[in-house]
Amino acid sequence: MIYFGELKPIKGEIHITKDRCKGCGFCVEYCPRDVLELSDEFNVKGYHPPFVKNEGDCCYCQLCETICPEFAIFVTIKKEEVEGEKVESRS
Amino acid sequence: MTNEDQTTELKNPMEGILRMDRIPHIWCPGCGIGTVVTSFAEALKKNNEDLDKVAVVSGIGCTGRVAGYVKLDSFHTTHGRAIPFATGLKLANPEMKVVVFSGDGDIAGIGGNHLIHAARRNMDLIVICVNNFNYAMTGGQVAATTPELANASTAPYGNYEYPFSLPYLVDAAGGTYVARWTALHLRRVTKSIQEALNRRGFSFIEVITPCVTLYARRNRLGDGLNLLKYYYDNSEIQHGADTRTLDVSYQGKLIVGKFVDKEKPTFLDAMNKHFSNVLGDDYQLYGRINNDRD
Amino acid sequence: MKKSKADPKGVLTGAHFLDGDYSLAEGALAAGCRFFGGYPITPSTETAERFSERIPRVGGVFIQMEDELASIASLIGAVWGGKKVMTVTSGPGFSLMMENLGLACMMETPLVIANVQRGGPSTGLPTLTAQQDMMQAKYGSHGDYEIIALSPDSPQECFNLTIDAFNLSEIYRVPVLIMTDECVGHMHEKVVIPPADEIELVERKWYTGPKDEYLPYKNDTDGIPFFVKVGDGYRFHTTGLTHDEKGYPVINAECQQVCVQHLVDKIRKNAEKIIRIEEDEIDGAEVIVLSYGITSRVAYRAVQQAKKAGIKVGRIRLVTVWPFPEKRIKELAPKVKAIVVPELNTGQIVLEVERHAAEKCKVVCVPHCGGWVHDPNDIFNAIKEAVK
Repeated sequence: MIYFGELKPIKGEIHITKDRCKGCGFCVEYCPRDVLELSDEFNVKGYHPPFVKNEGDCCYCQLCETICPEFAIFVTIKKEEVEGEKVESRS
Repeated sequence: MTNEDQTTELKNPMEGILRMDRIPHIWCPGCGIGTVVTSFAEALKKNNEDLDKVAVVSGIGCTGRVAGYVKLDSFHTTHGRAIPFATGLKLANPEMKVVVFSGDGDIAGIGGNHLIHAARRNMDLIVICVNNFNYAMTGGQVAATTPELANASTAPYGNYEYPFSLPYLVDAAGGTYVARWTALHLRRVTKSIQEALNRRGFSFIEVITPCVTLYARRNRLGDGLNLLKYYYDNSEIQHGADTRTLDVSYQGKLIVGKFVDKEKPTFLDAMNKHFSNVLGDDYQLYGRINNDRD
Repeated sequence: MKKSKADPKGVLTGAHFLDGDYSLAEGALAAGCRFFGGYPITPSTETAERFSERIPRVGGVFIQMEDELASIASLIGAVWGGKKVMTVTSGPGFSLMMENLGLACMMETPLVIANVQRGGPSTGLPTLTAQQDMMQAKYGSHGDYEIIALSPDSPQECFNLTIDAFNLSEIYRVPVLIMTDECVGHMHEKVVIPPADEIELVERKWYTGPKDEYLPYKNDTDGIPFFVKVGDGYRFHTTGLTHDEKGYPVINAECQQVCVQHLVDKIRKNAEKIIRIEEDEIDGAEVIVLSYGITSRVAYRAVQQAKKAGIKVGRIRLVTVWPFPEKRIKELAPKVKAIVVPELNTGQIVLEVERHAAEKCKVVCVPHCGGWVHDPNDIFNAIKEAVK
């Protein structure tokens, strides 16, 4: 039996293919947890790709993955260390 | 997807359905077409579609390039003729699910005649019409969907022509599933495409997307983010709205939603039923296993 | 080249009294055509009507599309869906089909289009004969490409050449045109249709190798790539843009060179195998009358008159008009005084004859603006003038 207090929110791990990014800013703007921000570094093409500002806040909603027009960002589930917990995948 | 081994390189889930030897694609920064392709790929995944049985047909234009990037049986045909090509493809191989993925200029401009006839026949096709309000590939010319007063390269003083309301057009022609979304309504586009894949008949999904380099630049509307904000602030979901009220004015209200969803026999259904009735046992049933007769 | 016998369901074996248009439809059904995307246009409509009547009992689809543009686009789609396809049209519709004819050539799609020619240009003489689209058959679409065009002179030939057209299109993966005209199209004659097992068909060159090694435009040893259809798991891509072996667009001059040269060489290098001409009494002839289609029947009359008048005259009938039999003309021109070319137009194929005769002999054109066939006396007079 799982008690409500023991339920942990799913955390996501963000993977960015920096060289594919064209700096459109969609992921940054529409992340519901403000996890991303455009960095100051340049990628190969001269755009500013995003970086993960608040790693722990990502809740695996996968909105950045779906909205990115360049297929340059995706999210995987961060595996928790606690045993006995069911981890559901949304896909 | 979970990462078990640090040494195996994780791949973007989209890579399974993209022709990775052609990525990066040619679309501009801030263009919404990539987003629509992702929504389409999500729909295929969620529906557990047999990817060998889905074909994508595109015309010419920015959205027309979609066929070249998806790893399905795909065709990049001539301007405006994607829908009749898809008709032939579907009729020759009825077990395929044929998706026409093309732009507003290609489908409703030069291809307008084919659009209304395919809708009239209730041809079993899914048409995803990416509407960016201009002919983008050739430099942003005025299209049949450009709102009044908008600027375009061949309407440099502003557009004085009246645009189409695509859901109204397809509904009037007899389309049995008509929906309109914007690129920002990611998951709703996915859901609409899923519904279209699960049903039979002519499904038309218009997706309004930002065109940053041309439409937005000429009209001083900002970049992709500004256009998405405009969609966010001005779109209103009205499922089942009367398609006569769906005009899009320049930077005006965008009514989105699923407007039409009705059942009607497809072209092949009607053909088989009719010939079975008239010719009886002489008829060679085409494309279906069961022989329905009155 | 894999051969097979015709499907008996589509073969109307027996002796019939049919017109050219109906024979085209019967030829198509016998050849295994199971998709027809048509549009009515005089004088070809009867073919579409016949097909629409017969196909429900044979098994296949007839769809009358909204215009000729949709017609040919649907044909190309149906070929990639795995079927053999055909349509018919006439002058104005033929012009509309040109863009997608180019697409069919670029995508290397086998299909058959019959053009039942009528008087032109524009709406012209819808119900009367002409042969005014002969150059358009070769040069109608934009860009460089090669095409095969056949010219039947009777309803029986309409049947036979339709089967040949399907076979040629499958062998060379190219659209094949059947250039008849209203006179042959509406002429009723005896047409003998053999039993199904006597009709030899060429099957499509299907790919059977490993799926992940398939390249849509990689040439086989005979210079023609293998074909697949949708739904078989090959996940191929094909485009009207200049493309490489994978079918992906490559926009540069090198790829264009390879791509276009291949389209053109496919036919030019195999021209000798494709060209069919009928010759009669060529040896020792002073004048040769070169004609095709309905005009060849009228020319026969003129040739008989000339022979009676003592002139040594030979006949050539072009069964394949394109590719043009240039080698044969180059051989014959130095041996004769003149080649007389009667045609129901103001001089189209005669230009090819002139070009290849290269002034080694006189080339006399007997033009006719269409509307009716030549008066044999006009051709006879031309022969007499040529011999002087």
